[in-house]
Amino acid sequence: MKLAGLLTPQFWVFWIFSSAAVAGAAGVVGNVRNPINSALSLVVSMLALAGLYVLLEAQFVGLIQVMVYAGAIVVLFLFVIMLLNLRGSGASGAELQPLTKLVGTGLVVLGTLFLVRVLATGRAPWPDVDPSYGTTRAIGEALYSDYVLSVQVAGVLLLAGILAAVVLAKKKVD
Amino acid sequence: MATSTVFVALFIFALIMLVFAPVMTWVERKQSALMQDRIGANRAEIFGFKALGLIHPLADVIKMITKEDTMPAGAHRLVHLISPFIAVTPAMISFAVIPYGGTYEMWGAKFSLVVADLDYGVLYLFAIGSIATYGSMLAGWAGNNNWGMLGSIRVSAQMISYEVALGVTVIGLFMIFGTLRLTDMGVLQQDTFRVFGFMKYLGWVSPDARWVDWITLPMWGIVLQPLPFFMFLTALMAENKRAPFDTPEGESEIVAGYFIEYSGMKFGLYMMGEWVEVVVISGLLTAMFLGGWSLPWLAESDLIAFLSPKFGANIANLIAMILAVHVFIGKVVALIFFQMLIRWSMPRFRYDQVMNLGWKILLPLSLANIFLTAVGILVVQKVTGS
Amino acid sequence: MGDISPFQFQVVAALIFMIGVVGVLIRRNMIVMFMCIELMLNAANLSLVAFSREIGDDQGQILAFMVMVVAAVEVAVGLAIIISLVRNRDTVNIEDASQMKW
Repeated sequence: MKLAGLLTPQFWVFWIFSSAAVAGAAGVVGNVRNPINSALSLVVSMLALAGLYVLLEAQFVGLIQVMVYAGAIVVLFLFVIMLLNLRGSGASGAELQPLTKLVGTGLVVLGTLFLVRVLATGRAPWPDVDPSYGTTRAIGEALYSDYVLSVQVAGVLLLAGILAAVVLAKKKVD
Repeated sequence: MATSTVFVALFIFALIMLVFAPVMTWVERKQSALMQDRIGANRAEIFGFKALGLIHPLADVIKMITKEDTMPAGAHRLVHLISPFIAVTPAMISFAVIPYGGTYEMWGAKFSLVVADLDYGVLYLFAIGSIATYGSMLAGWAGNNNWGMLGSIRVSAQMISYEVALGVTVIGLFMIFGTLRLTDMGVLQQDTFRVFGFMKYLGWVSPDARWVDWITLPMWGIVLQPLPFFMFLTALMAENKRAPFDTPEGESEIVAGYFIEYSGMKFGLYMMGEWVEVVVISGLLTAMFLGGWSLPWLAESDLIAFLSPKFGANIANLIAMILAVHVFIGKVVALIFFQMLIRWSMPRFRYDQVMNLGWKILLPLSLANIFLTAVGILVVQKVTGS
Repeated sequence: MGDISPFQFQVVAALIFMIGVVGVLIRRNMIVMFMCIELMLNAANLSLVAFSREIGDDQGQILAFMVMVVAAVEVAVGLAIIISLVRNRDTVNIEDASQMKW
């Protein structure tokens, strides 16, 4: 890492957001006491990932990540946890003991190896993309012209999902 | 360009924090008093100056800051601490994309009266709005209180239901304007269209009938899409948990619902977030539906072209900028007044009525609106050949 | 973005994916396991978007968008299943839902 590299905003954005993403992911797995803590770590991880998407000039995908994942899916998780009143039930501290140390150590070793490999990588060229890359207009045009079939299939899938969720979660009325 | 962005950001911040948020409490008290034929709060005074009750917001702030900050036993400390900030931040940062005016060139520098002219401006607001759910939802859970939990469940269900309606109702407007950028929408709404122009295309009047050209309407969002304006307003008010949609904080039912365990300034932050969001709603509706910063039938470029020979280009731009800010704030104030009217006129909806409205009424209507708008656009394109 | 190589994004995606896999293996709370599945989907999305930018073609973003749609549906249906399971057995421990094991 040259010293001049420390001053670019992309450098700081990348390292801060990716650390937050990985830390959030670790928080999901590591929070034993309360599933709500895991869900909050998941929110942090997803927001950090949205930041990485915007860094990669995928603005539409980044915003949809915030709207759909962080704003709806995790809300659904929290809603179900609150509805079923799961305050740490089914998650005892004992379950992490034997395997965790081994797995955790393995992860740390692997992570360090990756970090060393990453820091040793030279600069790689990023191709120049025209300003309309990743904008809503470009994605919309591609979705509704080349990939319109997948949009239709996604619509049918969403309908099936709604029906399934309503039928499954309904209380049986005898 | 960088300095003008800082100037605009500071201006907007000062406007919100120092003017809108506390004055809204005064507006609520005085407007409700006027509507209910009473005087309202008028006891606070400084050295005998009552100032129509404007000292009361100051008294409120002092009271809230000096109150004891309670943390209930068994509460989740971190979440209890940060929930008010999660609730208030989305309302504040929503102002980044709301344009107070267009772009003006004065003395060699370009002043654009919006903090962040994002290409996906409205999408940013929807994304921020979906984060706002967490502030309310976590508040009730963090307090280790049954009433709070009930309020949390209610508020999360209500907010994510109306997020759907929020997105779908304005798709018709996006189809017509063809952009998500709020500044572009403000510029596009300055055009006018002839109301009876279709008569010329259908051949009902002769091509050189001049009266058809004189009857024009500005291409405001509310003129092009009247029903979605009210649907969008309803969805936004339900998102804000105000007006008839405040079942989550139902005072008579579940004793202040999700912020039951908050006192002092944390409670004040929730209230402030709600009022700032009222201003955000008004700003967003103005920018998208009510023509933004321009007066009807008066395009800004025409105004600047008219004033430039008399005062010079710089002063003409300055006059246009000041006029734009005044017009925008005037429309925002009118919408705030309208929202307060609704809040103090209608009784609270029952919870199943709220869900019914969101899913069974707003959603089908907005889908039908998308279909009709698409048909309308195709017809207009075919007829005018553009 | 001259200082960050595309490989670094893949490393982040791989790390998050690994943490997700480990989470599914060692956690026994049904809902937390489901959250780890979502982590894996997110890691795949990050990898897709990073490659899409590296090539300069936005097909990766469209695929990432479709993955998000599928993930949303999967969460809805999966949480409905979890709700009915918890209602029937009154526990959220996955070891108690083992009637189909030999």
